[in-house]
Amino acid sequence: MPLFDQLYNFAHWLTQNREEAEDLVQETYVKALKGFSSFQLGTNFRAWMYRILRNTFLTSRTGLRATSTVPLDSDEDGPELAVENETPETTLLKRSDSELVQGAINDLPVLYREILLLCEVEEMSYQEIAETLSIPIGTVMSRLSRARKTLRDGLRLQLHKG
Amino acid sequence: MVCKSWRAKLDTYLDGELPEEEMRSFDAHVRGCPACSADALARVQMKRAIQVAGKRFTPSAEFRRKMERTISSKPRRKLGLGWILATAALVILGVGALTSIYVRNRTGSDRAFSEIADLHVQMLASASPVDVVSSDRHTVKPWFQGRIPFAFDLPELQNSEFSLVGGRMTYLDQTPGAHLIYDVRKHHISVFIFQQQALQARLGDISLSSKKLPFNTETWSQGGLRYFVVGDASPADIDRLAKLFKAGAS
Repeated sequence: MPLFDQLYNFAHWLTQNREEAEDLVQETYVKALKGFSSFQLGTNFRAWMYRILRNTFLTSRTGLRATSTVPLDSDEDGPELAVENETPETTLLKRSDSELVQGAINDLPVLYREILLLCEVEEMSYQEIAETLSIPIGTVMSRLSRARKTLRDGLRLQLHKG
Repeated sequence: MVCKSWRAKLDTYLDGELPEEEMRSFDAHVRGCPACSADALARVQMKRAIQVAGKRFTPSAEFRRKMERTISSKPRRKLGLGWILATAALVILGVGALTSIYVRNRTGSDRAFSEIADLHVQMLASASPVDVVSSDRHTVKPWFQGRIPFAFDLPELQNSEFSLVGGRMTYLDQTPGAHLIYDVRKHHISVFIFQQQALQARLGDISLSSKKLPFNTETWSQGGLRYFVVGDASPADIDRLAKLFKAGAS
């Protein structure tokens, strides 16, 4: 099954629940098989599959709940500015504290969580992300920038607490 | 350009998404600027940490098996989503007896056709669907020489609606074979050719599958070879292409 492990990982991050992730992946494949004739050869199959999964998630009860409180994108804003050279999070990362990073990803609003995962874990290009999320590339850049900033802020907070 | 301007684009640079010329200028600047290179290093560490932390969840073996069963065995076109999910739910609820009966009755033909359908989907989804790209059968056929342990003929397509796209090596249950791709009215059709004897030894007698598949299919044995034609083109198109092959091989 193409993309099975990756789609499951992404689904679990979105739903934050194993059973719901399994339902989401199953529904994604069923929809993909039913709608395969609508897939245009030469277009991006991976983006198509992720788009089905994401749209299915967004219309689920969990998805509707998760997106009801997301911060609005302000795409006109420019990219964020520099981070300090020796920041709390770089200290943290040197300690390879994966659990803390996972916690910080988990705490992100879903729109930030998904775009960060598509970029860093799935290593999608901005173009692929734009296709998957059905948003312009400019929005990909600004949302990604905000997602990174929010993650860094979250990590910094965690570190200060610790 | 002052460092502040460079750093505003640092993430885009590290994502490899700046235009080529700007990437080169950035490379040069980062190498020569200790502050920017330290910042870049911190961000790369963060990217790596997210990548590692992000690969967190793996599907259970049980779920994987269930999905494989669902994908390979479900009628996909004729029945509604509700039916499919209901059936899956029954499986989850532990209708083990039904499952085991199904598994026992699963024939070589069913397995072969499921795998053939998967190979066809894999080709459709691939970024490089063919290893040898040519509409000329006299280019495609020789390409397979030395790659598969048998020879085959490709039909003459002049005055037909079909066009040859190319070919690729394939394996069905560890048996090597040829995978040819044809187009007809924007539909892609796969033709698979294997040695009948080799396939029979692994999968038993193969005839048209009793299972409903998501594609139209045809299979036959001729001259010691087993042919499969599969695609979402109409049954009439599948049949016409099969007939061209049968005529070409006789």
